[in-house]
Amino acid sequence: MKLQAASVAAISVLAIAAGAALLQPSHRAAPSLIQTVTIKPAYFAYRLPGEFLADGRVVDAARFDASPRHPLEIMTYQVSAAEYAACVADGACQPADSSGAAKDLPVTGVSYLDAVRYAEWLSSKTDESWRLPTDEEWAFAAAERLGDDALGNADSEIANPAARWLTAYRERNAREGRDTLPKMRGHFGANSRGLYDIAGNVSEWTSTCYTRTHVDAAGKSVQRTENCGVRVTGGQHRGYMTNFLRDGKSGGCAAGMAPDNLGFRLVKDPAPSFARRLWQGMARG
Amino acid sequence: MFTRRETLMSVAGAAVVAAMPAAPAAAQEAANIAKLPRKKVTLVQPPFVHEHDQVAKGGPKVVEFTMTIEEKPVVIDDEGTVLQAMTFNGSIPGPMMVVHEGDYVELTLVNPATNEMPHNIDFHAATGALGGAALTDVNPGEEVKLRFKATRTGTFVYHCAPKGMIPWHVVAGMSGTIMILPRDGLKDEKGKPVRYDSVYYIGENEFYIPRDANGKFINYKTLGDSFPETLKAMRGLIPTHVVFNGRVGALTGKNAMTAKVGQTVLFVHSQANRDTRPHLIGGHGDYVWEEGKFANPPAKDLETWFIRGGSAGAALYKFLQPGVYAYVNHNLIEAAELGATAHVIVDGKWNDDLMTQVSAPGPIRTN
Ligand SMILES: [Cu+2]
Repeated sequence: MKLQAASVAAISVLAIAAGAALLQPSHRAAPSLIQTVTIKPAYFAYRLPGEFLADGRVVDAARFDASPRHPLEIMTYQVSAAEYAACVADGACQPADSSGAAKDLPVTGVSYLDAVRYAEWLSSKTDESWRLPTDEEWAFAAAERLGDDALGNADSEIANPAARWLTAYRERNAREGRDTLPKMRGHFGANSRGLYDIAGNVSEWTSTCYTRTHVDAAGKSVQRTENCGVRVTGGQHRGYMTNFLRDGKSGGCAAGMAPDNLGFRLVKDPAPSFARRLWQGMARG
Repeated sequence: MFTRRETLMSVAGAAVVAAMPAAPAAAQEAANIAKLPRKKVTLVQPPFVHEHDQVAKGGPKVVEFTMTIEEKPVVIDDEGTVLQAMTFNGSIPGPMMVVHEGDYVELTLVNPATNEMPHNIDFHAATGALGGAALTDVNPGEEVKLRFKATRTGTFVYHCAPKGMIPWHVVAGMSGTIMILPRDGLKDEKGKPVRYDSVYYIGENEFYIPRDANGKFINYKTLGDSFPETLKAMRGLIPTHVVFNGRVGALTGKNAMTAKVGQTVLFVHSQANRDTRPHLIGGHGDYVWEEGKFANPPAKDLETWFIRGGSAGAALYKFLQPGVYAYVNHNLIEAAELGATAHVIVDGKWNDDLMTQVSAPGPIRTN
């Protein structure tokens, strides 16, 4: 495990060095110059996203200690408007709905589908493997900025489904009065892992699908339905957004609060080993 | 050559000249009114309504109100869009006044010298002189006092109506509501008394904010600057915002309305310019005076009620279930996209008999 972490770090250093040396455009894929942070596996307190039901009533998901199996390499900053614009200029991405002209603003007004297209484009441009983080990876990277979306399972709620709705409404209101205009990247500062702008005013898409899980008395999952038309977003509070929406506000229900803005940052998977590439090449014929 | 401000002022000046001075009331009547008890009421900001008796105590009174007109830029949505607004007493809508049938309403209308425009007030509840507008034209630096008799019961709109510029002043925020209660209070269709535990006053406005070449809302430096293009936008008849109480989200979150299960709430809804259709999602209108006039029996058990542009209506509802209710204009595009949504936070015990989730959502069973 230790060895692997070291080699990943080495590759990213190499990639940056190689990128710096190869600034001229070339038809061959060039490694990226994108700043990333590599986080070693560690345990963190985590609740699964989605809705959990016990005995037919909505409850908080259980909190447990999770840990990624491998080091996580993730962008230091959210993808910027300028970076996204390069994909648009290349004809691979749809223009974002944000009107922010300043290049160092995070890109906003992008859907989950836009983010996936950008990751594919960036991967092909750099010959690297970029993708959206899962909710668990995002939560891990968010560290101390990860909000807890538990509402409590008070006894009084057992007979009163409205209690949870009221609690959720009041909790979200406590965060009111915020500035919703996107700020220059870095404005919201770095967290303890060195990631900037986590839980600022731009929520970030993750690849995790919305799920509804029925749990038994012991909290074990007994039944699960998944809806990948809705993806989890990470931010000041966790959100669930229809994958083609670009504006958080239009995704909210009549009596709820929605994310201020929708953007994203990507995770970079380690480059496949030489042997694996060879095998992939052979498999493709 | 006139500057724009001078042009606007001269139109109002003509109106002042045209308005005849108030004919002196018959001496006897004046003496009678002079004998009536007087009551000074301090107005409060919407959605709240000043304290009042539902059933009048004693005989008719002269009820004194003062409103100061404030012209000021106001933010009308979360994106920071600015409306160069004109307001009665600083709020959109203007505050709600409550009196009883037979009372005299005595309003002092103040137009501070810091304002740019002449203003006046047209009470739909009043009789004659264009609802009082012809007797209340005030230029910046002036004040006027009007008295009218509350002869008809109901909820009524009031609005500014300066000659040549009426719609602009109204859609810039200058409208409000007066409620004239029967002396013995509200009654159902059989004449039985109906009471409320609280009253909320929702003023709906639609705004027409001009956009620049890039589609962005223009932030004008002054009220006068905003006029020509706002007028063009108004003529298109398609509002950019449809809101309750002056801005998107004014009655949501921390400012959501509140109630408890078992409480009866009177919702007064006014729209001075355009039709609307309030609806309480998950609730009803137990008794609804759609036209707002209490001499007519209330309609019962309504799902949605129609408020004609230029009127105010009233709906009474007893909350039976806790939760977060959305109070919307049920043109849902206007509710969700343009802003016409409010929330009511209702605490209390859930009633399983009225509704229960028999089985929670889960996989579709094949056996
Ligand atoms: Cu006016």
